[in-house]
Amino acid sequence: MAAELAEPTDQEVQALCLRLDKEAKQGGYFLNPDADFVKGLVRGLLVNERRYGYRACPCRLAADDRSSDLDIICPCYYRDADVVEYGACYCALYVSKAVLLGEQPLGSIPERRPPMEKRLAKPESSAVSLDAGSLLLSVPVWRCLVCGYLCGREGPPEVCPICKAGKERFERFI
Amino acid sequence: MNFEHVAGKTKGTVTLYALSTCIWCKKTKELLSSLGIAFDYVYVDLLKGDDRSNAIEKIKKYNPSTSFPTLVIGEKAIVGFREKEIKEALA
Repeated sequence: MAAELAEPTDQEVQALCLRLDKEAKQGGYFLNPDADFVKGLVRGLLVNERRYGYRACPCRLAADDRSSDLDIICPCYYRDADVVEYGACYCALYVSKAVLLGEQPLGSIPERRPPMEKRLAKPESSAVSLDAGSLLLSVPVWRCLVCGYLCGREGPPEVCPICKAGKERFERFI
Repeated sequence: MNFEHVAGKTKGTVTLYALSTCIWCKKTKELLSSLGIAFDYVYVDLLKGDDRSNAIEKIKKYNPSTSFPTLVIGEKAIVGFREKEIKEALA
């Protein structure tokens, strides 16, 4: 039962806040400037990590199945598009520079994640389609589904060097 | 499905479908409390089995993307923490 899991401690919350802030800056992303708000979300991420074994978005209903929830492990597949369009990701953990600088107000962000039926019917793929033989590659190209990082190598990296997504969140792009 | 009831002024049936980890759900719940409205809420992420599927089916009727918070006031649903809309609907 979820209720039996220990609550994340303040130290754990603080440690993850610092880590996410550092990683965001390294990758050219920004955390929400409201520190208490960020702490609340990070607490939710830690609760979900205890509950499901992965940091599912605290503002979405997780399926308790890693493969069905790959798209909503934080940072989610929808973050970048929402930051561009609305100035923040769905839960508002990550914001645009304009929001960070107070130049853009934040409102409620509509859900970009397709409903479950659609996700099951059509697995998301943005892979380039090429006619056979039109391109010769010495190695395949892999794309990070979270941030779009591309790399040419035999297999995807263990961890995305830009957004820290795990290798199971890469797709073969070319 | 066990709803928690918050006592207050009756403004028809006010039901909040929320997640226990969601900040925007928390803000919505706090807004309803500060308005002194009577409402029922449920944390869908803490439900199991049939209770959870029943809750999801109910939410879907109002909000096909099953996102949170989904606030149902009478037959009208407000999705997300939309302070102005919520206040207007409960005025």
